Amino acid sequence: MLIAVSAFGKNQDSEVNPRLGRCEYFVLYDTDTDKYSSIDNTGRFSQGAAGIATASLLSNQKVQVVITGNIGPNAYTALEAAGIEVFTGAKGTAQDVIKDYQKDLLSKANAPNVGPHGR
Amino acid sequence: MKISVASGKGGTGKTLVATSLALSLIKNNPSVQLLDCDVEEPNVHLFLDQEPINETTVSLPIPKINEDLCQHCGKCTEICRFNAITLLKDTILIFPDVCHSCSACWHFCPTGALEPSPREVGTVQISQSGKLKLITGRLNLGVHASPPVIKAVRGAIDTDTVTIIDGPPGSSCPVMAAVEETDYCILVTEPTPFGLNDLSLAVEMLKVLNVPCGVIINRDVPGNHLIDDYCQEKGLPILLRIPLDTEIARAYAKGIPLVKSSPVWTEKFIDLYQQVTQEVTK
Repeated sequence: MLIAVSAFGKNQDSEVNPRLGRCEYFVLYDTDTDKYSSIDNTGRFSQGAAGIATASLLSNQKVQVVITGNIGPNAYTALEAAGIEVFTGAKGTAQDVIKDYQKDLLSKANAPNVGPHGR
Repeated sequence: MKISVASGKGGTGKTLVATSLALSLIKNNPSVQLLDCDVEEPNVHLFLDQEPINETTVSLPIPKINEDLCQHCGKCTEICRFNAITLLKDTILIFPDVCHSCSACWHFCPTGALEPSPREVGTVQISQSGKLKLITGRLNLGVHASPPVIKAVRGAIDTDTVTIIDGPPGSSCPVMAAVEETDYCILVTEPTPFGLNDLSLAVEMLKVLNVPCGVIINRDVPGNHLIDDYCQEKGLPILLRIPLDTEIARAYAKGIPLVKSSPVWTEKFIDLYQQVTQEVTK
């Protein structure tokens, strides 16, 4: 299973970026191989509705779980449609929050927790 | 004659000027149209007793998917520059609030699975107040598409009748939709640094749109030359000064237009209109 963490940097020691649609990178963790990798969040270059482009990117990468700080209504709708679980309010390094997730310490988002941005 | 009223900064007196100008002009004209194009918060109707005539809705086309025809090729999501339509696995998702109604998605859909479907974004209400016809645009709650509603209001006018347009604040798309292709724009400002800053933005905008303009200084204070100096530098006429006066503010706060609470202003607004006419024909 592939987990994505919105982050400021590319490795497991990178801090979580609380913004999903406009984060720089996603640190990816594969639970099957115990390996980290990363992708550039090209969705952040969208003029508007970056959350939708970002959700589409994560869906194409076959991500199944997303860990972030906040999620807006468009990104939430898109990730929900893609069947991707979202956990919000994460703080610390990518590695820390993935451990928190595995210990079931993170809260699963059942709705967007922030309004739409940039309009 | 179409005269728009704008300001840059909000709360400087656009509606005060637009209502009083329109009410003054009915003295010498068989009919006058007043358009409330501040569609996010229309308020002209608060100042006039009126009889409703009709109400129409404003709709924009947004894509609607026929799942039976969709082959999930993703062409629509590639073509949409706003991310308003996206393909997630085998699901097409449409985000109405993000859609700009550009029509590219249904135009380029290879299987005809997308077709336009109307989305209501606002209303246009027409009412009559004596010789004054009021046309009010109202954007639906939570919708971001002001310019189409403003254009619908402007599309409802009788082109042979004198038209006064009360515009929204700012200097971006909604204001441009309200002032473009008018014969003249009256810019209402106040003698404060904020008033001046936003006035200068509005003046630059009107230059781009090629609409001539003049300035009304509202809440004018003797001895303050902030706006005068700017207008002199830019060669802009100062059409009228409305003093900072608690009596004016008090009556206006009760919903009484300036020319009703203080009829001496009627002649001043008629003079203002003549000045504008001269500026236009200059």
